[in-house]
Amino acid sequence: MLASRPGHDDVVIRRARVLDPVEGLDAVLDVRIDHGLVAQIGEDLDTNEHRVVEADGLTLVPAFVDPHVHLRTPGREDEETIASGTAAAAAGGYCAILAMPNTDPVVDDADAIRGLRARAAEEASVPVGFLAAITKGQEGEELTEMAALAEAGAAGFTDDGRPVAAASVMRRALQYNAVTGRPIAVHCEEATLTRGGHAHAGLVAAELGIGGWPSLGESLMVARDVDLARDTGRPLHLMHLSARESVEHLRRAHAHGARVTAEVTPHHLCLTDEAVRTLDPNVKMNPPLRTDDDRAALVEALRDGTIAAVATDHAPHAPEEKDVPFEAAPFGVVGLETAFSALYTHLVAPGVLRLETVLERMSAGPAAIFGLERPRVAVGARANLTLLDLAGSWRVRAESLRSRSHNSWLLGARLRGRVMLTIADGRVVHG
Amino acid sequence: MTDLRVVGGELVPPRVERRNLLSIADLTRDDVERLLATARSFALSQERPTKKLPTLRGRLVVNLFYESSTRTSSSFELAAKRLSADTLTLKAAGSSVDKGESLKDTALTLSAYSPDVIVLRHPEAGAAAFVARHTRVRVVNAGDGKHQHPTQALLDLYVMREAFGRLDGLHVAIVGDVLHSRVARSLVQALRLVGAEPVLVGPPTLLPPGLAPISYDIGAIAGADVVYVLRMQRERMLPGASFVPSLREYAERWEITPDRLRPGQRVMHPGPMNRGVEIDARVADSDASLVVEQVRAGLAVRMAVLYDLLTAGPVAVASAVGVA
Repeated sequence: MLASRPGHDDVVIRRARVLDPVEGLDAVLDVRIDHGLVAQIGEDLDTNEHRVVEADGLTLVPAFVDPHVHLRTPGREDEETIASGTAAAAAGGYCAILAMPNTDPVVDDADAIRGLRARAAEEASVPVGFLAAITKGQEGEELTEMAALAEAGAAGFTDDGRPVAAASVMRRALQYNAVTGRPIAVHCEEATLTRGGHAHAGLVAAELGIGGWPSLGESLMVARDVDLARDTGRPLHLMHLSARESVEHLRRAHAHGARVTAEVTPHHLCLTDEAVRTLDPNVKMNPPLRTDDDRAALVEALRDGTIAAVATDHAPHAPEEKDVPFEAAPFGVVGLETAFSALYTHLVAPGVLRLETVLERMSAGPAAIFGLERPRVAVGARANLTLLDLAGSWRVRAESLRSRSHNSWLLGARLRGRVMLTIADGRVVHG
Repeated sequence: MTDLRVVGGELVPPRVERRNLLSIADLTRDDVERLLATARSFALSQERPTKKLPTLRGRLVVNLFYESSTRTSSSFELAAKRLSADTLTLKAAGSSVDKGESLKDTALTLSAYSPDVIVLRHPEAGAAAFVARHTRVRVVNAGDGKHQHPTQALLDLYVMREAFGRLDGLHVAIVGDVLHSRVARSLVQALRLVGAEPVLVGPPTLLPPGLAPISYDIGAIAGADVVYVLRMQRERMLPGASFVPSLREYAERWEITPDRLRPGQRVMHPGPMNRGVEIDARVADSDASLVVEQVRAGLAVRMAVLYDLLTAGPVAVASAVGVA
């Protein structure tokens, strides 16, 4: 389901703290990679003719998986390409990403999927999976040819960017999922409640006079969709949750045994709508930043595994689109290159979340939801590894981002925790 | 987990030395007192046969209006002229804005003429702050979306003080469509700043919670010294945006009529008025109405704002105006 440039490397990483929470591994060791496979884990390994990475004081972890990226290809290659987006992913420590189909044109036929996969095989530094639309043109009316799309290599289905408004269509999409077996991911938004909304409908928006996008605009649709998942017995993935009420619906669905998974973004975990007071278009996202109570609910759900994945919702926008007054700006921020450092700085370092939890939710969690091979530090596995400098810090600068777009909420911020090296599918792609 | 808020701290743009008037939130009580005192001096100067003052001779004030406006644009233009500044007034219709030029490019183009102040009216919240960020010109916010209209709030304070001799402890009922009103947002902040007590009255669908005490019952205006009536915008009743069922139902329950007022109460309205909707014509034309005073104060207050931004401040005002 994933496509990328071919190749593999021979590397020995020496004296890293090797930390794989799922494998139960946490020790200072050497790791040898032969032809892209983890060949040996131990002490004082033979370096052969391999590239040697001296990793004293650094931490080697399973590389990250991002289930929610906008590569803007086709249509807006000025904002991002497969090459630039996967380079950004490599710099952020990712070994696999999933690209959303809300491009121009929408990815809704098998030829489009084949074309994207062929391009990724030439220019992607990190393996990419491409999701296809649930409905033709993402118009919410006719289902796409899901079986043909799955056969062509679609990694899943979503109308991300907009909801599937009609419950009848959503229900059929879930029923039909029994044929494709590929995950269905939903952007939960009740549009009649969010039209004209630019920020969370709370005190901050009321004071600023900005159109409100209420929590109910998300949670009402979450409630509908988890009930549809229960009704059809099919799995469903909820994207970028933002509201406490949505988490409550998700917990209720789990209590009833529904196969519903969810993701949350670093910005919803770190920021609240107080940031909107700056009227900086780089804190304008869909769904919007919410209150500290919502943020706390999301952190708690990530901690206890109710939300199993961190997703960046990496959404590049051209400077002329974001460099406008807040209400005129489009939704979305880039996030691939800052995701781990943002979470480490704002949640791990202050002791809110354990490092192991964040690592698992950025890697094994999303891989399991989308049926991807779990990145792991184990002999015989494909090398999908990230080397972190947890003691290091760096400043986020527009000019040093690999993404073609610089609409980050962290521009100018100093972050702790740095990605030093990324190995994706057996190749060194960063560092 | 409150320490996480520091993330927001990183986002705040650095404070600049240059002064702007973007929001009432940027002002201290001292700033307000100074501006009102300056406005009073200018108001007195406007009662003399020669109304023009040489104070801002050679300065350039650009009025950039992206929304239609009668009193705000005319009073800013007149204020600049009465202070002998040159003015350049641009309206969105008939300019390069019509041709799709971005706000950023228009602001940069105009700033090439080295104006001393840009007065901006724009339909989007944060537009004035945006222009201030992208140019080196002082910016006065003449209304940005539903966000702020600080000179309106200042002139309203001026009129209230002239009428009652005080602001501290004054009770002000703001009636109508608060949700879509930048005037209301600026006024609530300004009233709080000077120790007055706002209360919001109107239909539940048009009163955002959290700004000030709320009542859905028009009877709540009984305790107010000032009844401040907001314009009821007809486009809010369009299909799909049905904030109230009809203008008739609105007027029935919340219109300010003579029998809903008690003696001694004064009525204000930022204009333009919909007579027969939010305000009864008999009230608008009565002695209780301060609407004409508001327009007159608009000139003096905007003179004071331009003067304050462009000169050293209050010390020089008396000599500049020649009234001590």
